[in-house]
Amino acid sequence: MSTALAGMAGGRADSTGARFGRGTAWLLLALLIVATIFPFYWTLRTGLVTNASLFESNTDKSVIERILPDDPTTVNFRRVLGQATDEEILEATGRTNSASFDYLTAMKNSVIIATFIAVGQVFFSALAAYAFARLRFPGRDKLFFLYLTGMMIPPIFVLIPNLLLILGDFWVFDANGHEWLDWVPGYDASSRTFLLGRLPGVIAPFFFMTPFAVFFLRQFFLGINRSLEEAALIDGASHFRIFRSVILPIARPQMITLGVLTYITAWNEFLWPLVVTQQFPEKQPLTVALGVFTTQQPGTQPDWSGLMSGTLLAALPVIVIFMIFGKRLVDSIQFSGIK
Amino acid sequence: MAATTSERPKGAKLNLYGGWRAAWPFLLPSFLGFLFFFLIPSVRGIYLSFTDWNLIANDGDWVGMENYDRMVDDPLFWNAVKVTAYYVTLNIVTQTILAIMIAVAMDRLTKSSVVRSVIMLPYLIPNVVVALIFVWLLNSNLGIIADLFSFFGIDSNYFAGPDAVIPTIAGINTWRHMGYTALLIFAGLQTIPKSLYEAAALDGASELQMMRNITVPLLRPVLALVLVITVIGSFQVFDTVQVATGGFGGRPGGPGDSSRVIYVYIYELAFGRNELGRSSAIAVALLVFLMFVTFFQLKILRANESDLA
Repeated sequence: MSTALAGMAGGRADSTGARFGRGTAWLLLALLIVATIFPFYWTLRTGLVTNASLFESNTDKSVIERILPDDPTTVNFRRVLGQATDEEILEATGRTNSASFDYLTAMKNSVIIATFIAVGQVFFSALAAYAFARLRFPGRDKLFFLYLTGMMIPPIFVLIPNLLLILGDFWVFDANGHEWLDWVPGYDASSRTFLLGRLPGVIAPFFFMTPFAVFFLRQFFLGINRSLEEAALIDGASHFRIFRSVILPIARPQMITLGVLTYITAWNEFLWPLVVTQQFPEKQPLTVALGVFTTQQPGTQPDWSGLMSGTLLAALPVIVIFMIFGKRLVDSIQFSGIK
Repeated sequence: MAATTSERPKGAKLNLYGGWRAAWPFLLPSFLGFLFFFLIPSVRGIYLSFTDWNLIANDGDWVGMENYDRMVDDPLFWNAVKVTAYYVTLNIVTQTILAIMIAVAMDRLTKSSVVRSVIMLPYLIPNVVVALIFVWLLNSNLGIIADLFSFFGIDSNYFAGPDAVIPTIAGINTWRHMGYTALLIFAGLQTIPKSLYEAAALDGASELQMMRNITVPLLRPVLALVLVITVIGSFQVFDTVQVATGGFGGRPGGPGDSSRVIYVYIYELAFGRNELGRSSAIAVALLVFLMFVTFFQLKILRANESDLA
């Protein structure tokens, strides 16, 4: 009786009802974990067999019998990575030239985009957060509120205007002919392809700030004890010095958490990179390359095993990052409440 | 005074908290980002909605309210509104109910960070990847989940049909979001003092009574914020629809008009039909609507008042 009581998180009194509740709750959690893991497992399992095997096991075997792959092979993963020979591809797909996208290039683009966005956004947002949390200047709270209103803006609302900006139309009501900008590298007033189809174009809107990042860091900076920096200020240290030597070391864990979240968000971004790189396959990040590749797949008998290997490989970096930082991210939910 | 510019201020006139002179270098990068990618585009988005802007010519004339008039008379717009509302309702109801159940179960059973991490994982996977995995799992010929459903008498072709596409997409996104939403609610549950449950149990309250009289009222502020966030996110569904319905010979928003949600319609008008003005008008309407939804939700859920006070 007493052990049963102690075992209950809420310290509720023991009763058949509560025990029944615990059983149901465990069942629910177990089901949830299976439902969470299974799709990933099935993607892996699909990638580990040939398309022919998918058909065979589908006709010959029951659902339970299909759980384990027959004759597992790594050919699909090597295929996606461009490491398979022509004979292997023919054997695996029954086709001589299976359509594919350049996974390694897309991967490289994704890494560049996500890295620049995470580093730039966190650093510049931290600078702004320092000013909002630690400095006093007229209009501070109004400016901060203005930043926060940015959180209300749905991305599609600024999608077209941002595209026009990426095309080199820098002013609101004006369109063509900015010869005065010819000195900007890559700018060509006549062709209007300024940053279109280029990685800086994908990165730019997320590089300098997001209202959420500024808000998240400001909340944290507000909680840092002021006595240390006041002593430093009286000793004549500049605000940059304080930012670098007092605030940054204390806020390091939170900045890493935010950086990881930003990295994953940038990695997952689809709509904006789609608009910027749709016609430029060699500049597409993984999400866009995969999405565009899917539209080129036939409706009947697509290359499922190749597609699922590519899909899993596209999620792999996120899964790896998650394995390293998972606990930190989960704990940050308690801290920030809402992302 | 001017001579001391950029010198570190010394002596009695030291202003510890800087003023604008200290603040502007900290604010400049983020302000440029805000100006160019939030503020100017917002003004421009509103401006474009009053023009017949054409991306190829990159030109357009002021047309007044025409885009808004056409929006109101456009059956495809109202179809998109209907489809989106259907999606949001299904998604929010299933996701929120499941998330509350998961959060309560976790609160009872385990604070294991491994369990919490696994539950959060789908939320971090790209939408495109999630959509593709489920298109495969639900494939009418070979999909294993479709096969499982056929045990319950659901035809394996069901998921490809126009009636099922929105429920299916709502289901996929419920799978992706319920764990994360559960963690937010779980965080809220941690703030409820355990002594309240102990006292109620001593008084002989049942599980259901405790749920109704303690958990729900005290969780309300958290639940309100979670709902605002998930409802707003839900109205903006795009990636999943675009990939799940646009691949494999399909058309985004299909079959027919059955999954053309508001984001997909805005995208299609702008980039499929080059009608940037009409597209912008609908985007403005969406912005206004979402602001209204936020305000309304916070109001009726009284998010800023806690019963714990």
